[in-house]
Amino acid sequence: MHLRPLTTTLVGLTALTSVLTGCSAIGGSSADLQIYSARHYDLEGAFGQFTEETGITVEFISGDDAELLERLKAEGEDTPADVFMTVDAGNLWNGARQDELAPTSSAVLDEAVPEDLRDADGRWYGLALRARTVTYNPDAVDPAEFDAVDTYAGLADPTWKGRLCMRDATSAYTQSLVASLIDLHGRERALEIVRGWVANEVSILSNDVLLLEAIDAGTCDVGINNHYYLARTLAENPDLKVDLYWASQEGAGTHVNISGAGVVQGSDNPEDAQKLLEWLATDGQNAFVDANHEFPVNPAVEPEPVIAAFGDFERMPLNAEAYGTLNADAVDLLAEAGYK
Amino acid sequence: MTDTAALAEPRPPRRRPRTHGVGRPAWSALVVTVAAVVATPVLAVVVDGLGNSAALPRDLGQMILTTLALMLGVGAGSLVVGGGLAWLVTAYRFPLRNLLVWLLVLPLAMPAYVLGFVFLSVFDVAGPVQSFLRAVFGADVWVPEVRSLPAAIIVMSLSLYPYVYLMARSALIEQSSGTYDAARTLGANRGRALRRVVLPLARPSLAAGLALVMMETLTDFATVQYFNVQTVSVGVYLVWKGTFDFHAATRLAVLVLLFAVAVLVAERALRGRARYHQQGGRRQGFEPERLRGARAWAATALCLAALSAGFLIPVAQLLVWAVGQVISDASFLADPRFAEYLANSLLVAGVTSLVCVGLSLCVGHAIRLGGGRLVSGAAQLTTFGYAVPGAVVGIGVLLSFAALDAGLERAGVPGGTGLIVTGSVVGILYAYVIRFLAPAYQSVSASLEKISPTLTASALSLGAGPRRMLGRVHLPLARPGVAVALMLVVIDAVKELPIVLLLRPFGFTTASVWVYELARENFWEKASLPALVIVAVAIIPVFVLVGQTRRREAHRTVPGKAGQ
Repeated sequence: MHLRPLTTTLVGLTALTSVLTGCSAIGGSSADLQIYSARHYDLEGAFGQFTEETGITVEFISGDDAELLERLKAEGEDTPADVFMTVDAGNLWNGARQDELAPTSSAVLDEAVPEDLRDADGRWYGLALRARTVTYNPDAVDPAEFDAVDTYAGLADPTWKGRLCMRDATSAYTQSLVASLIDLHGRERALEIVRGWVANEVSILSNDVLLLEAIDAGTCDVGINNHYYLARTLAENPDLKVDLYWASQEGAGTHVNISGAGVVQGSDNPEDAQKLLEWLATDGQNAFVDANHEFPVNPAVEPEPVIAAFGDFERMPLNAEAYGTLNADAVDLLAEAGYK
Repeated sequence: MTDTAALAEPRPPRRRPRTHGVGRPAWSALVVTVAAVVATPVLAVVVDGLGNSAALPRDLGQMILTTLALMLGVGAGSLVVGGGLAWLVTAYRFPLRNLLVWLLVLPLAMPAYVLGFVFLSVFDVAGPVQSFLRAVFGADVWVPEVRSLPAAIIVMSLSLYPYVYLMARSALIEQSSGTYDAARTLGANRGRALRRVVLPLARPSLAAGLALVMMETLTDFATVQYFNVQTVSVGVYLVWKGTFDFHAATRLAVLVLLFAVAVLVAERALRGRARYHQQGGRRQGFEPERLRGARAWAATALCLAALSAGFLIPVAQLLVWAVGQVISDASFLADPRFAEYLANSLLVAGVTSLVCVGLSLCVGHAIRLGGGRLVSGAAQLTTFGYAVPGAVVGIGVLLSFAALDAGLERAGVPGGTGLIVTGSVVGILYAYVIRFLAPAYQSVSASLEKISPTLTASALSLGAGPRRMLGRVHLPLARPGVAVALMLVVIDAVKELPIVLLLRPFGFTTASVWVYELARENFWEKASLPALVIVAVAIIPVFVLVGQTRRREAHRTVPGKAGQ
């Protein structure tokens, strides 16, 4: 008799759980394309426009890159996903290596995306480009002080002692920059460079906006930032005392990375998935990259005005395999150099 | 009265009267089943971790030391703050005391991933505090390093102390004042009575609260990263992301589990073998002493100071951002998704808390019915998930269901389990229960333990069956613990992020995911509104609990019921 509350609760719970399960299972996959995305910037806008132009409906789930990939693997052939979209070339390379992305052959994509920004087998394509370059407070720094050949390495010079601010070692941005330095110079020289930064008493901050605020406040003179954080902060505060310097223009070029996507191995709609990729790399480039102030990968598409004002620059050719394979080395190197 | 006197002096452990030698088989089986279901995903990760030989990170030794220092620091800090405040508001009256009693719980409502970014934007180099200091004392003014281990310990202690505070407070309320009064009558001063009577009686609750704090500290990866403190849990993520290899990360996850085992062992040691039980259901509580003058205001100031770092300052900053956001773009408020995300959060949190508390009651009850090592070992196992980082639990759930799916298909079931984990909220609920059984079980069992075994024995001897006894005897007596348990799980589940991020089906977004998506891109102003909503939602159960506590306190002042 007196057990009634407990029993009722348990029965109620079971009922509720079944309802919840039923609802989500039925309401789950209604769109033509399902996307797993580790990229968030204004996807609704771009996908909405795609649906308007093609009639293909899209829904997406955002999450963390490494975790979404594990989810894809666990779901196997049951996966509802058609497209895997992520940031950082290393993640794209890894998705292909783990056999979660299917080869696509598309003349449109081959034409639109430069060769180093896509997989040779068409398993992934870069769609948006970001540069990680030097930012500085113009009151404290004359840009002529920078090493125009290898600007990143130049910051290891003792003249910058006590003037540097950079991102933490746990940041994917720091890791891929260091991975590209290893690729470019070899491990020994890269270690020397990072040790130089540490010897210069670099202040480590935990996000790019804090870096810009610190430079603006004058607590550091120079930082290394993703260009779009500066563009975004400038759009909010045009008086920001931070200028951008295109790194290594007389040398290997500025370090860049990509966001991109590929068709998922278990996709039940690879045709539409490919159409989406093609659209994003061509007509949809501006819708995809402009809101976040990123550069289009397609050379035929103009960047939006705020970043166009930063001027043209030479980029370091992107070696996705190096970003993927050398990332673990970069983490190890940062630890060895005492970079936190 | 003789029994009460015996309670006051911790005496050599007496054996708990076993009601039945082997317990009740059905109840014991239930506990073992629950433990197995809850432990499977965690075991899946352990198996994966032990079965590979991926390289461990170079600074592993440093990580282990950092983890130890952080856990001990935050444990000590929250014990002092939480236990001290609980005693202060229970034993004394001072201005705003009635309000502060429940305000002090509020830091629980602040998700760690929000606290971290808010705290840094207030206190870091470009924040208002340091800008102000520079403006007043010049650009070279010395400020302590914000992104450091000591700063992390302070902030985490000030945000996690409510676990200890809540447990301590419910222990103090449940204590009959008879023991304390007896000690005072026998000549002990307040301090001695506190040390010799109140603290030993509150020890199981303090230990339970402390264990929760340490597990939260162990699994936190949001706050610590903002402070650049690399614990082993952070290491799991770093290795996972840094090497693009999940299996390399599971090895470290096993190490995290070792820490968790240490916490649980320490908790049992702290609870001690001695058992203290109250007699009967009468709750007398303390007669608070009124503080006057400067001492009274000092008490108020102390409470407010503790409340500031974990709650008042972050909320103020969020409000500033939110107002800025509403002024620049008010359309954000009318977003219909607001309500939908919130409803999703509440639904999942509500179901999770009911399941967790229901299971905890069953497990706690089964232990009282006896059953020996197997049952108590299984009960320990059910609390393990709390010490495992959310994303690892999530992956464990994925791995287990992938194996089940493959197994079923091999056995000839077409389609296997299908997409049950990530195609519905089942996966999320499952993972949530694994994660949050511990806070529920800790508070329920701390309450159950204070019920005298003679009570259980007499109920049984009078012919009550185990189920009837749970409903009629144990549940009513453990009600304070049940209320705390419900509240803790709801708050934890509303704030939870990594699991829902990983396992949610298409079209299912919660308020915490929303905050994450905005904060991740540093859209703090936009993130401030949903963050405030989460905080507001988490405050609701606090209100409920306070209402209950108030009723209980009011209860004892009713004449006629107050007498012994």
